[in-house]
Amino acid sequence: MSAFLAVVGRDLRLALRQGSDAALVVAFFVLAVTMFPFGVGPEPQLLSRIAAGIVWVTALLAALLSLDRLFQQDYEDGSLEALALTPLPLSALVLAKCLAHWLTTGVPLVVVAPVLAALLHLDAPGYGPLVLAMALGTPSLSLVGAIGAALALGARRAGVLLSLLVLPLYIPVLIFGVAAVDQAVAGFAIRPHLLILTAFLVAALPLAPWAASAALRPALE
Amino acid sequence: MPSPPPANASPPRFAGSGLACRRGDRLVFRDLDFAIETGGALVLTGANGSGKSSLLRVMAGLTPPLLGALAWDGAPLAEDPAPHRARVHFIGHQDALKPVLTAAETLAFWARIRGGSAATVPAALARFHLDELADWPCRFLSAGQRRRLALARLLASPAPLWLLDEPTTGLDEASVADLVAAIAEHRAGGGIVVLATHQPLAIIQPQSLVLTDFAPRRSAA
Repeated sequence: MSAFLAVVGRDLRLALRQGSDAALVVAFFVLAVTMFPFGVGPEPQLLSRIAAGIVWVTALLAALLSLDRLFQQDYEDGSLEALALTPLPLSALVLAKCLAHWLTTGVPLVVVAPVLAALLHLDAPGYGPLVLAMALGTPSLSLVGAIGAALALGARRAGVLLSLLVLPLYIPVLIFGVAAVDQAVAGFAIRPHLLILTAFLVAALPLAPWAASAALRPALE
Repeated sequence: MPSPPPANASPPRFAGSGLACRRGDRLVFRDLDFAIETGGALVLTGANGSGKSSLLRVMAGLTPPLLGALAWDGAPLAEDPAPHRARVHFIGHQDALKPVLTAAETLAFWARIRGGSAATVPAALARFHLDELADWPCRFLSAGQRRRLALARLLASPAPLWLLDEPTTGLDEASVADLVAAIAEHRAGGGIVVLATHQPLAIIQPQSLVLTDFAPRRSAA
């Protein structure tokens, strides 16, 4: 357990000292969302109708943008090799890195999302569900993203490959995340959608680190 | 030095038999056997590309051997690879340092992830004359200082098997002497060292293995 926490602490410290990485993700999120009123026009009715979708899609892209730093730097400077040769199992290592990744990118996205939703005139009943759904959905983004990041490791143009691998897997999170907000605005129950997001997270928690660690092994040979 | 074991005694501490390794499409060595007793040192030599690094990676468990098997105290590693990771210190070509972490933080992390505590860090730094650089971020260290910090990882947490790939690259004479002394001390405590080097080191009574002898014969022979 202390080895697990040592990895989380190290990754958090690295992210804080190289603060630009996390800040860039949030800056991308804000900037990309503010593009939409310029593109589709400023009518509040239209914007409030599509607000949830815009915030979610942009959050997915922002999370995707940050995935390459999950393993890439450790791979390039030899740390990953040394990390793989410690008593900590590789899947626990992946889980620790996902946790640190979520804390430094997922949490800021959840915090900024309601502000951006307000910018897009999201109706009042939607804010709570938006924050809840994002809090449940963003850990899945980090976990599922880790599989793609591990598979793309060492590939040329890893960033492009990563988005091709990961974006299709993000679709369930997107569908139920947006649906939760839309149903809340329309006055329906959001519980089923949140439960499905929870189920997705519960499934990803053991499966994603297992799959990602299997994908890391060939890269370490 | 341990006395040579009597015939039919307990199996050697660390042994490999019939090892073959493939990198890409090329067979780098075949029919390679080695056996190291407690306190032993094995020096790997051979031309560039003869498979010294590959053999070290096989010994570390990073690369599975194409043929053959490794055994620790007679127990085959392939059956239960997990304990081997806790046994190995592998220092490869890369130093595995993070530019924004200080020397002391780096060692403390590597000690903690291997189940140790940061209490060993000052001694490990002093051993390689890095104590004055303890609070320096690694990005300000010179190539030789970085190498010494990577080697100080060996002392920050104990592990019986040291696998060193060209450990003296970039080191000055005094630091090479520090390394040789550290190796002698490790062996005196019952540890094993396997190192690949081009530079003759003052290691007491090493076994040696010339990788070129195990190169696959061409079919013309």
